Amino acid sequence: MPENAAGRNIPSKIDGLPEIKPFEGAFQNTPLVRKQKGSRTLPRLNKIVDSIEQAVLKSGLKDGMTISFHHHLRNGDMVLNMVMDVISNLGIKGLTVASSSLTSAHSPLVTHIERGVVRRLITSGIRGEPAEAVSRGLLDTPVLFHSHGGRARMIESGELTIDVAFLAVPSCDVYGNANGYTGPSACGSLGYAKVDAVHAEKVVLITDNLVEYPNTPFSIHQDHVDFIVPVDQIGDPQGISAGSLRMTRNPRDILIAQYASHVIEHSGFMEDGFSIQTGSGSISLAVTQFLREVMLRKNFTASFALGGVTGNIVKLHEEGLVKRILDVQSFDQEAIRSIAENRYHTEIDASYYANPHNKGCATNKINVVVLSAMEIDTDFNVNVLTGSDGVIRGASGGHSDTAIGSGISIVVAPLIRGRTATVVDSVDTIITPGETVDVLVTDHGVAVNPRRQDIFDRLKTKHLPIYTIEQLKQKAEKITGVPEPVEFEEKIVGVVEYRDGTIIDVIHQVKE
Amino acid sequence: MKLRRTMLYVPGNNPNMVKDAHIYRSDSVMFDLEDSVSVREKDSARFLIFHALRCIDYEHTETVVRINGLDTPFGRDDVEAMVRARPDIIRLPKTEKPEDIELIDELITKVEKKSGVEVGSIKLFAAIESARGVVNAYRIASSSERLVGIAFGAEDFVTNLHTHRSKPGTELFTARQEILLAARAAGLHAVDTVFSDITDDEGFREEVQLIKNMGYDGKSVINPRQVGIVHSIYMPSVQEIKTARKIIRAIERAEAEGSGVVAVDGKMIDKPVVDRSRHTLELARASGIYLDEIEEEESNA
Repeated sequence: MPENAAGRNIPSKIDGLPEIKPFEGAFQNTPLVRKQKGSRTLPRLNKIVDSIEQAVLKSGLKDGMTISFHHHLRNGDMVLNMVMDVISNLGIKGLTVASSSLTSAHSPLVTHIERGVVRRLITSGIRGEPAEAVSRGLLDTPVLFHSHGGRARMIESGELTIDVAFLAVPSCDVYGNANGYTGPSACGSLGYAKVDAVHAEKVVLITDNLVEYPNTPFSIHQDHVDFIVPVDQIGDPQGISAGSLRMTRNPRDILIAQYASHVIEHSGFMEDGFSIQTGSGSISLAVTQFLREVMLRKNFTASFALGGVTGNIVKLHEEGLVKRILDVQSFDQEAIRSIAENRYHTEIDASYYANPHNKGCATNKINVVVLSAMEIDTDFNVNVLTGSDGVIRGASGGHSDTAIGSGISIVVAPLIRGRTATVVDSVDTIITPGETVDVLVTDHGVAVNPRRQDIFDRLKTKHLPIYTIEQLKQKAEKITGVPEPVEFEEKIVGVVEYRDGTIIDVIHQVKE
Repeated sequence: MKLRRTMLYVPGNNPNMVKDAHIYRSDSVMFDLEDSVSVREKDSARFLIFHALRCIDYEHTETVVRINGLDTPFGRDDVEAMVRARPDIIRLPKTEKPEDIELIDELITKVEKKSGVEVGSIKLFAAIESARGVVNAYRIASSSERLVGIAFGAEDFVTNLHTHRSKPGTELFTARQEILLAARAAGLHAVDTVFSDITDDEGFREEVQLIKNMGYDGKSVINPRQVGIVHSIYMPSVQEIKTARKIIRAIERAEAEGSGVVAVDGKMIDKPVVDRSRHTLELARASGIYLDEIEEEESNA
């Protein structure tokens, strides 16, 4: 009978039990604990490494691996560029970059792609220079576009394995407890980053605000974190959040918002205890404002608001009109303040928010969602990704997740933008299938999806300018005319994955 | 019965606003070729409005064009082009005397004949914006068959009076009253002047309430956001609607039964009461009040 490291005889086999592993010493199988117990000082354990370079090297990053980032720092993000520069200097090539989204702050990606450092992108959206370059055929492998819920599903199912997650965190202690709502680069919820922290093989936190242990309440847990890199600055506050999103004075947006709020009020989905998600666009903000008046008039409260949270929603919460907030992403200063201060403003991760294949996501519990659109076609399919010139300039986001989950999904958009019609025969790129889109509200009128006769019946007597979507298209075309179709090359530059993992559309390279 | 609660100003040189000015559901839209268009843009604005009126369906919204005065180098060209573009109404600014109206009437008739537009089909609105215009108000109001309304323009008027606009509007009181009396005496609509501070919703509300109480049919508005405010103030109360319905029903019943005298709740109903009731229901319908719901409520009660 072999003796273990504690000097006891342990049988190598005991009936009814799996394989016996004899004790090898207290420190042998606990790598994180410091091994010089002889020191009289208490163990001051930390995971801090000197530089991003050290973190990359220690993480074991190799050619061809997959790395991830999050986009909570939005246009103010500095971390993706810092990390990519280091990786590039180390000569690592052929990486897949899976950022929850990419913004106009990420222009240097173009160079990294050209030099072969990055081979593939998986993201919710791209904007600015990298988007232009991708649309013109920069990458050999098409970009995979996913929804926020789809990304969580992809990661949790193992379809997407992240080798190293590089996560910017606005506050963090030496052991890896991190949150998004304290520090100079506060961004509020870290909902998208939370999924990466749990599932990535290696997790590197990058922070400009190292705080005393334990950094409670925490969004990212110490038990998932491998390395921490302190840096001077992770983001530019100007780009991280809008200071405070003000109510629009644009009469066209106000008109659309009034119609939308009227639709919601009479849709049958707004009753005491209802739930809602509105976005951060100026029309959405105005809708929230008008719904507040309806709630006060009818003496209704909402059980919860979901989403992308703004100061408008916070105001309703603090007035007692919205009881709970579930927050996957905080858009402005007020939302960031509230998630830190308010007991029932709760941070949720992207899977809880919208993963279609977990045991229940929050988007399924939403009564009313207000969404935007770049284009919508007569089958109610919505495009929020490619512009009227076919170039990528948007993001899939939670659009398809909330459209299908909600009781009523309302798309708000002006009928004409500049010289182009918003309602078209067939959208350039389908992000959200028309069978999940219920009502279109424009400045010229409202169209109800024929699949939703119930909604149509409730709205038809309510003094709204209701048309068929074909009639709205005709109204637009009478003013804009019908444009020549955009011309594309054969090459596919993007693949749009629906939230369930199936491919709903592809994006072609634009013709110069 | 035509409602003119709101006449929305649309600068004649702004295609983005011109292309769909009717979506805000003002009763009339007024494309301006006059003060909001600089001298260098007079031609292009005239072209833009001409094509807009020929091509765009403004649906049920009444179209009005404010042309340049006939004493300017642009007024006559405006008439030539606009009659052919066929708006519902041409609005003449700074009307001072009946001869101004007679002259434009004559010019319009000439162009109508030349261009095959039915003679008399283009209506006129006279804007009174000076002391002289106010003094001549009734003579102006009764100077042409084409006239359908008088608009008061207070900005030029206060300058002419050597004063400025105040919040209570004391300086405008007599002019407003004179214009209203002249319009009513001639059987025309009276539309009040603009309220320029678009950030002061409260002040705007007060002024609309004032001119409504005076008897004005509506107000010129410079921002689409003001449309809803005016309409809400002109909106009859549910009680007013219920009474109006009762009266109209009683009249309909009496007519069906061939009975001459009608009483509702012990009160005799005569023609002015019936006219007022019809106007109330028209306003209710235009204000988006759900007459069906009120009816349902009545029948449930």
